Amino acid sequence: MRHTISALVLNQPGVLARIAGLFSGRGFNIESLCVAETLDPSVSRMTIVTRGNDQVIEQITKQLNKLVDIIKVVDFFGSEYVDREMILIKVTAESSSRAEILRITDIFRGKIVDVTPKSYTIEVSGDENKIRAIIDLLKPMGIKEVVRTGKVAISRGSKGI
Amino acid sequence: MKKTGGQILLESLGLEGVDTIFGFPGGAVIGIYDALLNSPIRHILVRHEQAAVHAADGYARSSGKTGVCLVTSGPGATNTVTGLATAYMDSIPLVVLTGQVSTGLIGNDAFQEADIMGITRPCTKHSYLVKDVKELAGTIKEAFYIAGTGRPGPVLVDLPKDVIADSTEFNYPESVNMQGYNPTYRGHRGQIQKAFKLILKANRPLIYAGGGVISSNASEELTTFAWTLAIPVTNTLMGLGCFPGVDELSLGMLGMHGTYRANMAVTNCDLLIAVGARFDDRVTGKIDGFAPNAKIIHIDIDPTSISKNIRVDIPIVGDAKDVLKKINKLILEEKGDWRSIRREWLDQILQWKNTYPLAYEQKDVIKPQYVVEKIYEITKGEAIISTEVGQNQMWTAQYYHFTKPRTLLTSGGLGTMGYGFPAAIGAQIAFPEKTVIDIAGDGSIQMNIQELATVAQYNLPVKIAILNNRYLGMVRQWQGLFHNKRYSHTSLEVSPDFVKLAEAYGAVGLRATKPEEVVPTIEKALSIPKAVIMDFVVEQEEDVYPMVPVGAPLKEMLLV
Ligand SMILES: Cc1ncc(C[n+]2csc(CCOP(=O)(O)OP(=O)(O)O)c2C)c(N)n1
Ligand SMILES: [Mg+2]
Repeated sequence: MRHTISALVLNQPGVLARIAGLFSGRGFNIESLCVAETLDPSVSRMTIVTRGNDQVIEQITKQLNKLVDIIKVVDFFGSEYVDREMILIKVTAESSSRAEILRITDIFRGKIVDVTPKSYTIEVSGDENKIRAIIDLLKPMGIKEVVRTGKVAISRGSKGI
Repeated sequence: MKKTGGQILLESLGLEGVDTIFGFPGGAVIGIYDALLNSPIRHILVRHEQAAVHAADGYARSSGKTGVCLVTSGPGATNTVTGLATAYMDSIPLVVLTGQVSTGLIGNDAFQEADIMGITRPCTKHSYLVKDVKELAGTIKEAFYIAGTGRPGPVLVDLPKDVIADSTEFNYPESVNMQGYNPTYRGHRGQIQKAFKLILKANRPLIYAGGGVISSNASEELTTFAWTLAIPVTNTLMGLGCFPGVDELSLGMLGMHGTYRANMAVTNCDLLIAVGARFDDRVTGKIDGFAPNAKIIHIDIDPTSISKNIRVDIPIVGDAKDVLKKINKLILEEKGDWRSIRREWLDQILQWKNTYPLAYEQKDVIKPQYVVEKIYEITKGEAIISTEVGQNQMWTAQYYHFTKPRTLLTSGGLGTMGYGFPAAIGAQIAFPEKTVIDIAGDGSIQMNIQELATVAQYNLPVKIAILNNRYLGMVRQWQGLFHNKRYSHTSLEVSPDFVKLAEAYGAVGLRATKPEEVVPTIEKALSIPKAVIMDFVVEQEEDVYPMVPVGAPLKEMLLV
């Protein structure tokens, strides 16, 4: 099963190494990892997407909790949450396909952030299905490069984690 | 008044109640060594940094206090890795202070620079690089707090040379407040209640007690629990001593070289109560065959230990002492003649014991088991015993009946040859008046033999009993059983003359080659107020039994 885990961590050197080591040392896999400061600059928030059976996920959350520099860990699995990822796509834009690319971008509420005579660079954000869909639609035009941020997630409702 | 980092460090140690540290100097820590000359802290100069960590570890295991060592940067720091990993696996509280190159040089491949934080991250509970002398006191406070609380473990503090030299005002914090670290001590009441109900209902309950009982100082509570309800107890290697090994409810050790009765009891129990133990593979054997008919209650301070290797019916996260106290309270209100209720189960266990007791036959050549048994009898089980790793370790676990906690010092998790002798040094420093004996193998003892100079320098009367089989015996045993006796590189054809070696270091050397010499040798050694090596020339190809082959269920033991 795929799980999206959020962790509040002290913004200190070495924290990322500890977390990476926790996963690699046990043969657990990280699908994506996204880290940045919270409103409190001494604390960062991480969103980790990982896969494993119940036992593996239980170990991962417990091991994360055990790290001295980690303040809180939440596994969003089975709860209501919103996740989003941003993606930058550089796509070949010949005169024949330029209009089509613009239309697709528009449908997906994306933005063109860079233009050359031969290419467009598109910024889109959304959940997994949306990201997959736009990639599939743009593929026939010739995708030169894709950069993804990895997911960030937040719970639904008025409470924070 | 401003103080240097070196002074601040030593005064902080003093405020943590540290009176002894183990170490080895070098350029990066020369400032700390300078400050040591004006400090009341006693420094024990070992001859290899690995031994400094093991000695601090032996000091910690025997006394319950946090052990401290101090080494220089680069090679000094890398030499601590085995000691850290040993302590980490066995949850021993240590603070290891390593020198580091000056902050401006870090990352430059400077002389004697090693990224010791990076190297040791997987084998420390936590680690710090102190970048500013102003953070030093607070870091030391946190290091001791982390090392000694929750599930204990080693903490490394890396100290750059310029931070040690820098000065600032010294204010030692009164308390620590760490957002990310709050170990759970108190067991959940509801879970305890559920466990209690299960315990009352069980027909064939068994306690499986590990090192956590010792580190939480819960032996008394465990003993009360077992005695009140007449529940038999089996121990892991790390748990030996937490329940009197001579008690009629004691089944001895379980697992790969556990007793027949202990392994049969695990296989047939209907309730297994695991306390401060972590279902290590050497304990469980094939996991499906481990306690196959039992409900399992697991009491442990470390949530990650629970449901890691085996499914558990009732997990209780908390300190063993706290949880057992609460369970004992509930039990006292429950009247019942537990001995007679348990009659059938206890009789069954007795029958297993009588069918296959631990046994060996002492003929012309000294049997290693005989040596251990005699050491036990002569010391009346009152000594602090350390072991090396291999057959010597297993025979010690089987034939020395540990009756008190903190009297067995052994590398259980990592299985580190070379641990026992320096650990004995640490224990002797903690308990100058006690008899401390390292029961060693001829291979292992040579891994930290240089520490004979340390015992000579500090007049430590540590005793070493070498079960000299001229083999890396445990590996030879495996080769014998599972590799058609192809003894590849396990014969120690050349070893020093241990008697002369002892003498060369100013210690005493004794040798026994015949069974009748065993007792006089031990008695003589114990009467000498100096370090003594006893070289017991034992049966070369004696094997440790029972043995559960790797991957087999516990009930499939190879017996003699
Ligand atoms: C540092 C280290 N290296 C290798 C091993 C693997 N090993 C386990 S037991 C053993 C044999 C130990 O020989 P000895 O000390 O003579 O003890 P014996 O088994 O003969 O009693 C070896 C090599 C180990 N445990 N530790
Ligand atoms: Mg040997």
